[in-house]
Amino acid sequence: MTEPMTEPTAPLLRVAGLRKSFGTNLVLDGLDLDVAEHSCVVLIGSSGSGKSTLLRAVDLLEEVDDGVIELRGVDLADPWVDANAARARMGMVFQAYNLFPHMSVLANVALAPRLVHGRTKDEAESAAVAILERVGLGDKVTAYPDHLSGGQQQRAAIARALVNGPELLLLDEVTSALDPELVGEVLDLLAELRTEGTTMLVATHEMGFARQAADLVCFLDGGRVLESGPPEQVLGAPEQPRTREFLARLHA
Amino acid sequence: MSGHWAPSERALARVAYRRRRRRRSFLVALASTVVVAVLAVVVLVGSPGWERAREAFFDPVEFVDVLPAVAQGLWLNLRVWVIAGVIAVVGGLLLAIARTTTAPALFPLRAVVTIYIDVFRGVPVLLVLLLVGFGLPALRLPWLPITAVFLGTLAIVLTYTAYLAEIFRAGIESVHPSQVAAARALGLTRGQTTRRVVVPQAVRAVTPALLNMIVALQKDSGLISILGAVDAIRAAEIAVTGSYNFTAYVAAGFLFLLISVPLTRLVDAYNARRGGRGSGRAMVGAIR
Repeated sequence: MTEPMTEPTAPLLRVAGLRKSFGTNLVLDGLDLDVAEHSCVVLIGSSGSGKSTLLRAVDLLEEVDDGVIELRGVDLADPWVDANAARARMGMVFQAYNLFPHMSVLANVALAPRLVHGRTKDEAESAAVAILERVGLGDKVTAYPDHLSGGQQQRAAIARALVNGPELLLLDEVTSALDPELVGEVLDLLAELRTEGTTMLVATHEMGFARQAADLVCFLDGGRVLESGPPEQVLGAPEQPRTREFLARLHA
Repeated sequence: MSGHWAPSERALARVAYRRRRRRRSFLVALASTVVVAVLAVVVLVGSPGWERAREAFFDPVEFVDVLPAVAQGLWLNLRVWVIAGVIAVVGGLLLAIARTTTAPALFPLRAVVTIYIDVFRGVPVLLVLLLVGFGLPALRLPWLPITAVFLGTLAIVLTYTAYLAEIFRAGIESVHPSQVAAARALGLTRGQTTRRVVVPQAVRAVTPALLNMIVALQKDSGLISILGAVDAIRAAEIAVTGSYNFTAYVAAGFLFLLISVPLTRLVDAYNARRGGRGSGRAMVGAIR
């Protein structure tokens, strides 16, 4: 076989048979998904297709009804797994930034290193300053979130998620709340992280980003992955009528 | 640039119009005030008992006579206010936090706190005062001070702690769930999330309501007089009993106003500075 070495190791994240309903509303219906280390997996699909719920379930912010959420072979859905420790290994960025409004940008970013990862105040703050410089907010460390633009707030939120070197970065429509002219600065940052090999699971409506950065695009519909593959395939020549319909509506 | 701006004729006309309107508003307000004041005086002075009421309630000589004793009593009110205020704020916050815990071992604590708040928020302060003031001494606990001041303050603290716990709880519930999600996503425990993320935002959210309660507490400190503590109200009562003249009550009211009016204005100013909220009139008036 001339196949380039297919990794025999398990994926970083393996989701299998994931099921979650809110009351009578079934949001995840036996969803399967693998995320390989250092890859970027992009989730697309209309609102209500389960993208956000999947991300929140993976980060243990929602209790699932059934299924497997394996991070490096350990099933996090098991209630006897230390959820706080598991969450600390992942980074999550939300659509509405969710920065803590009563703390400076620096305090927002330095909070988890101090409280969760046991670093001293000095260590935590210098790590926070370094990552804030990295996302282009070196001059905003003392500012409060409501004095920043949306794009700056979202970059601060990304810095907060990155500061502890997460094994997996979860991004939930992180540009959807931004003015169009601010979307670029956030997507550029994500593209850089992608190049550096950060493992990312991204829910987005930005097809340009998916085309450029994704290793794998998954089209979610009715709580399952209906179609997945490299971006040129799923976005360029979708097989499923539902995918074609979704993409057509997006471009209309 | 803007320094060289010469207002257009249209702008000048608007300014002149607004000035005319303001002058007219002022005159209308003045006239209406004069009419109301004259009517009030006519009704008051024209009432059949006015002469006797004035002597009984507004006797200047009596006022000056009783003022020192009443002021001395007010000093007690102020001390009770500060001590009860500090204990009730700290206690109310702790109770509100206790209610948010989820550890199974703390179930008895949550139950007791819930019952405590239900009871003391639901019973009139006056009744709490009477029960504490006359009930506790009946237990003859050797270590319990049974002075009127101590028991009165205790009753006020019990009631206000329950009130303030409810205010803090409303604040805790007003913090958006996405804030909790963000904190938990970072790996913070439930307790760390409460302490670092929820409570600071909750306290900020309820500060106006909290300050209003503190002002109310200043007045309610006068209730300890029921148990015989010689505060401003009791001092006035004593003076009235001696002279059969009610001016002492007016003097006590005057002294309470002297404290509470500036305090209320201070609270309003603080709330207004926090972003226009709390000064509803300014917001209503700002828009044509």
